[in-house]
Amino acid sequence: MILLWLIIIPMAGACAAWWVERRGPQWPRWTALTCLGVELAVAGALWRDAALATPLSRPGTWAAEWNVAWIPSWGIRLHVAADGLSLSLLLLTAFLGIMSVVCSWTEIRERVGFFHFNLLWTLTGVIGVFLAMDLFLFFLFWEVMLIPMYLLIILWGHEGRLRAGYKFFLFTQAGSLLLLIALIALVFIQASQKGVWSFDYHDLLGAQITGAAGTWLMLGFFLAFAVKLPVFPFHTWLPDAHTEAPTAGSVILAGLLLKTGAYGLIRFAVPLFPEASRDFAPVAMFLGVVGILYGAMLAFAQTDLKRLVAYSSVSHLGFVLLGVYAGAHPAFEGAVMQMIAHGISTGALFMLVGALQERLHTRDLRHMGGLWGRIPVFGALLLFFAVASLGMPGLGNFIGEFLVLLGSFAPHAALTVAATAGIVLAAVYALVMVQYTVHGPAEPDRRVADLSRPMQWSLVSMALILVWLGLYPQPLLRMVGPAMGSERPMVVSAEEGSG
Amino acid sequence: MNQADLVALMPILILIVAVAAMMLQIAWDRRHVITAGMAMGACAVALAFLPSATPEGARRVTSLLVIDGYALFYMGVILTTSLAVVAMSLPYLLMRPSDENQPEEFYVLLLLAAIGACVLVAADHAASFFLGLELISLSLYGLIGYLRARLRSLEAAIKYLVLSAASSAFLLFGLALLYGHNGTMEFSRMGTLQRIEDGVSLTVLAAFGFILIGVGFKLGVAPFHMWAPDVYQGAPAPVAAFVATCSKAAVFALLLRLTVAMDLERHTVFWNLIAIVAVLSMFGGNLLALLQSDVKRILAYSSIAHLGYALVAFLAGGSLAVESVTVYLTAYVLTSLGAFTVVALLSTSREDADSLERYQGLFWRRPWMSGAMTVMLLSLAGIPLTVGFIGKFYAIAAGVGSGLWVLLIILVTNSVIGLFYYLRILVAMLQPASPATQPLGGRDSRGLWIGGTSLAVVTLLTLWIGVNPEPLIRVVRMVVVGKL
Repeated sequence: MILLWLIIIPMAGACAAWWVERRGPQWPRWTALTCLGVELAVAGALWRDAALATPLSRPGTWAAEWNVAWIPSWGIRLHVAADGLSLSLLLLTAFLGIMSVVCSWTEIRERVGFFHFNLLWTLTGVIGVFLAMDLFLFFLFWEVMLIPMYLLIILWGHEGRLRAGYKFFLFTQAGSLLLLIALIALVFIQASQKGVWSFDYHDLLGAQITGAAGTWLMLGFFLAFAVKLPVFPFHTWLPDAHTEAPTAGSVILAGLLLKTGAYGLIRFAVPLFPEASRDFAPVAMFLGVVGILYGAMLAFAQTDLKRLVAYSSVSHLGFVLLGVYAGAHPAFEGAVMQMIAHGISTGALFMLVGALQERLHTRDLRHMGGLWGRIPVFGALLLFFAVASLGMPGLGNFIGEFLVLLGSFAPHAALTVAATAGIVLAAVYALVMVQYTVHGPAEPDRRVADLSRPMQWSLVSMALILVWLGLYPQPLLRMVGPAMGSERPMVVSAEEGSG
Repeated sequence: MNQADLVALMPILILIVAVAAMMLQIAWDRRHVITAGMAMGACAVALAFLPSATPEGARRVTSLLVIDGYALFYMGVILTTSLAVVAMSLPYLLMRPSDENQPEEFYVLLLLAAIGACVLVAADHAASFFLGLELISLSLYGLIGYLRARLRSLEAAIKYLVLSAASSAFLLFGLALLYGHNGTMEFSRMGTLQRIEDGVSLTVLAAFGFILIGVGFKLGVAPFHMWAPDVYQGAPAPVAAFVATCSKAAVFALLLRLTVAMDLERHTVFWNLIAIVAVLSMFGGNLLALLQSDVKRILAYSSIAHLGYALVAFLAGGSLAVESVTVYLTAYVLTSLGAFTVVALLSTSREDADSLERYQGLFWRRPWMSGAMTVMLLSLAGIPLTVGFIGKFYAIAAGVGSGLWVLLIILVTNSVIGLFYYLRILVAMLQPASPATQPLGGRDSRGLWIGGTSLAVVTLLTLWIGVNPEPLIRVVRMVVVGKL
């Protein structure tokens, strides 16, 4: 029941935020902030309880669950459940939600109520995706987050927003419909084996899908998630959408929406089709490595600061794909660590870029420079998150990438070596970014204000989380570990290695 | 004909009596609101009689009609839709100066068309099939050209008249061939005779071909769709709503009954023909819709595409096909009805709200109206939490159940293409308002509340069935499936 509240709170908050706009532009902001604060507190309490409870480490147990009939004719149930993985991602969602409200505090000035409505509605979809354990419900939330995100891009975005919005919508919708076909086909196969209609995760896990059918269905699931993640050939919507979206939109896109793709792979695509996934793993890992290198190289070539960060996401999420399909436990843990660390570090980078654009009215790297002297706090924070993004030891991103590489080395040494080159390239683009923005000659007579206090606090808290994840990752790894062990027939062994 | 037959026919009889009463009333004292009220009352009373029409499940009334759960369900859809069409017609016609047009006969024609549709869904005989179809068509000639002062309206009426007459001729020829071959005009007896035959004779195939042309025209599926955009654009918005919903749903219901009765799915040629029609409709409708800048034309092409999707569900065959088609059509009818209600309520005395510019910034001027339109567009696009998604789910499920992978991939591709133009309308509504696009002609808010109420009900139903489709599915399974 508590999980239901986790979904209802942002949903109700969305409507409330729109409603209170009539009282003044500050009202929706505070409403959204309050909702997400409550959300964070509830999710945090659940997380702490789960972390303290020992039985969580047993496979197949949920920290919380809610399950009632919905459409009995098709065996569809309202089934939400959370384990360590879901709860960790839920915490990330609530946290980045708060950050995105903070960073649009001064940026969004028109239609504030409707903006926060869409923001919270997107978050509702994301939270639902992380909690749904019925595939129909999952698909529903998967689609729910799409429309408000699209509206965020096209209504509050930058110059090329319409085109970017279309592209985002069409790519993800095409993927979703393939997912829907694959999902229904899976249910039909399961029903023909058991004689009962069911969209429930556990029932479908038990379906024996073999041979060509398994491969095709797995591809249907994989494609939908690959578009969101995004995996190399399907990534072309991402740079446009990230660049044109308002700052909050970019933070949510990079920090959360991409993670739903990774989550889908971890929770559904791989466990539902273990055999087909095992055969497909080399291809997926190869695509992951291509994404790492290609994303990093393109990031280096950008002159638009936001585009640079966007391409770096393609690169970083390549590690997630690599880790998910490596088939070794440390690699899975690394993939999740990378998801969370990337969500925070890239979210912070987008917030910084957004703040910069608000001040300079440009995202062009060639028109920046010498900002450290004018806005030192900004410079320091940019340096910190750039360094986090390039994988500096001691920060969360390093743990993620290191574990992924560690886990993938034994099965696929060659691919892993190639992926390692991505870390070097990351250093190149991250440092280029810092150099162009805050070092070098300053443009004369440019007056720039430093970050506002709320932004500073927000970014510092993000930095602290990254440090915590980097220095003491064990609690998080312990939380997410069992989720994978239980659902992964292809895991070598849960005890084999750990960070 | 005994008492039970009369009870079974009650919904249709009520409409007939109401039409007669309305004509008398108009002759005696012309009052627009009273005529409209009588039309609504007739639909409502007929609706109330539906559940009690056949206590024993199915009843054959004369050799022409079969009143069974299937017929009653579709009659319910038709009557509800007609009710909503009357509700949107009232404000639409009220704002017109009365010297231009006498509005009362509009409702008489509308109810006659509804009677035709009700006959059609209960038809089990070539004669009742043709009667029902022609009753719809004849009323529609009058309705489409009702606003005589508008050139477009007249053009649309003539176009519909000529093409519809030609297609009826094809249909009649097909029915004649079937009769010549089987010696009976009853579908169920024809079906029995067909099953005994080994193979299919050329006569029967030719007959099906001709019938398909006739039915395809009324459904407006490609390649028989040419009339649809012009008629939708030229006809008054409520009439366009009726054409898009009632007449198409009724003809589709008949096609389904005919197919199941005659077991047509086993004929590969027939199946392939329909598959070609489905593919052409999906691609034709969606691709051509991309080129339009007129909301009514976009809706016309979108409806061509939607019937293509429904045909995919139809082609799946078996009881799942009946269930899917019924759910799909219900979703489609409800959604189109809502979209056209918005168009009708936004229209002014001089022009219908059809150019896309009229929708520019609507969200900030008329938030409730555009909220309803947003729901309808999302439902047409098949986004979850709306009834359109349930329809799409069913179409895909039916396709998956029968392994129609190629058709499914085409369906998915087309759904994505379809998003483009639905989003275009949505984006236009969300743009900042432009003062330059003030509509011609005045409007007048008399009777608007009744159209608004009907729009609110349709919108809430669209959302409610989208969130909780179980009652609809249960009714469809109980009443419709397995009863054919």
